[in-house]
Amino acid sequence: MAAKLILSMDGVVLKEYPLSKERMTIGRKAHNDIVIDNLAVSGEHAAIITIQHDSFLEDLDSTNGLEVNGVATKKHFLQNNDLVEIGKYKLKYVNDQAGQVNPADFEKTMVLRAPVKQAAPGAEKGDATAGFMKMQVAPNAKPAAESIEKTGRFDAPQPNPPAASPVVPPVAQPAVATSAPQAAVVQILTGPNAGKELELVKNLTTLGKPGVQVAVLTRRPHGYFITHVEGASHPMVNGMSLGDQPHQLNDHDVIELAGVKMEFYFKG
Amino acid sequence: MKIEDALEIVSQTNPGMVRSHNEDSVAQELACGLVVLADGMGGYNAGEVASGIAVSVVATEVCQHLQDANPTDRDEASGEELGVMLLRDNIQRANASIFHAAQSQPQYAGMGTTIVAGLFYDNRVVVGHVGDSRMYRLRGEVLETITRDHSLLQEQIDGGMISIEDARVSKNKNLVTRAVGIDAEVVPEIHVHDALVGDIYLLCSDGLNDMVEDEDIQSTLYAMQGNLPLAAEQLIQMANDNGGRDNVSVMLVKVNGEFAVPRGWLEKLRHWFKK
Repeated sequence: MAAKLILSMDGVVLKEYPLSKERMTIGRKAHNDIVIDNLAVSGEHAAIITIQHDSFLEDLDSTNGLEVNGVATKKHFLQNNDLVEIGKYKLKYVNDQAGQVNPADFEKTMVLRAPVKQAAPGAEKGDATAGFMKMQVAPNAKPAAESIEKTGRFDAPQPNPPAASPVVPPVAQPAVATSAPQAAVVQILTGPNAGKELELVKNLTTLGKPGVQVAVLTRRPHGYFITHVEGASHPMVNGMSLGDQPHQLNDHDVIELAGVKMEFYFKG
Repeated sequence: MKIEDALEIVSQTNPGMVRSHNEDSVAQELACGLVVLADGMGGYNAGEVASGIAVSVVATEVCQHLQDANPTDRDEASGEELGVMLLRDNIQRANASIFHAAQSQPQYAGMGTTIVAGLFYDNRVVVGHVGDSRMYRLRGEVLETITRDHSLLQEQIDGGMISIEDARVSKNKNLVTRAVGIDAEVVPEIHVHDALVGDIYLLCSDGLNDMVEDEDIQSTLYAMQGNLPLAAEQLIQMANDNGGRDNVSVMLVKVNGEFAVPRGWLEKLRHWFKK
């Protein structure tokens, strides 16, 4: 398990704690996994439950509570770089898949051999705390690493915890192109709705009525496209009839669909 | 209406933007109303082998049985419909084949696959699945998941430990709790649903639903219901535009007419003449 917490105070890193156990506690008393010897910290202040690659933070009814990213919270699903504050102490949660030995390993489907159903048999819905507690108590609730059958790669080394340095070098993510293109609008030019603007805020905008005459405008990372879906007449762009293939739209293209003209343009 | 005329089926599979090979397999048998999709796992090419065995065993065996039997026939001992039994038995048969291949050939050791299959007959669909490949249904404007993943994340959602919103950003998306071919036995989950005219059924590997939000799947299916091949292409394109980190396969089944099994001797006779 590569996730870890970095404890610091006043900007000085005090210690790093790899989240190596399913449940780790934070508190003032010595039996905690993460001991913070300060009177503002309760004896048992908080717990972190880690299930495979996900970690959950839970306040154990502490006197002074805790904050995550500046917001007071009782329980929280930790995300990479979350900052947990307990009094003057800060705990940074680091779970950076890009910094792993082989990020692809984490995306290969794997089979959990020992069913973890017993973890929370019919746990009361809506009460995550109860779920956590059952998880703790149930003797079979150990979805530990050894119960995973890793069918993806037999010889794959267990990902090592990142190097001791708190600065994880950024590793290039696999080609992810989720950035949306520039905002765009379609303005209706003719017919009863003339003048109306339609902002293309969704990945897919439908023009027309399903079952009768439909064209769609799709937003893709590299631009906007119009595609004929169904209906007798194909849409026209700048007076040219479209085939069955998607057609990329340029600024100020005029689309004509079932007699209605509209203009496509980029905003701003 | 004969099932060939009542259903329209399209399927597409794509390796995605990152993986070099495709471990998904799909099969469709319109004449017996069957669609099967499997997402294999295992080293080298073992994933393809496992998913390939799964879809070919289920597709071939189910259709062969239905050549001279009616899916609505009931088993005398259990009272179960033949269609339901066939789907379950043959997923188990596929499990045994994969398991034995994995046991006997070292290069296939540990291979396995998910599976989702739909058998359409008598205005219904029998859905069988193992693992995290899904079946969705678009009815009217509403998209619903009609399978429940056999995954750690789904169990956490069911146990109330994690909300559906949080689950979207979970890093445990790839842990399945049930798979075909991993153990000597497997229990497929089988349910029967009514199929209505106008319904669209989507079978997909997790390469789709991990990359594309349900909302976008819904708007695509709804807008493109008149052009199924384009809808399938659009879904795969969206998964790839969002990164395409896994193989992505989609199968679409649209119900264009009723396909009740004829009942009563007169109807049966008419049906027989129509053949």
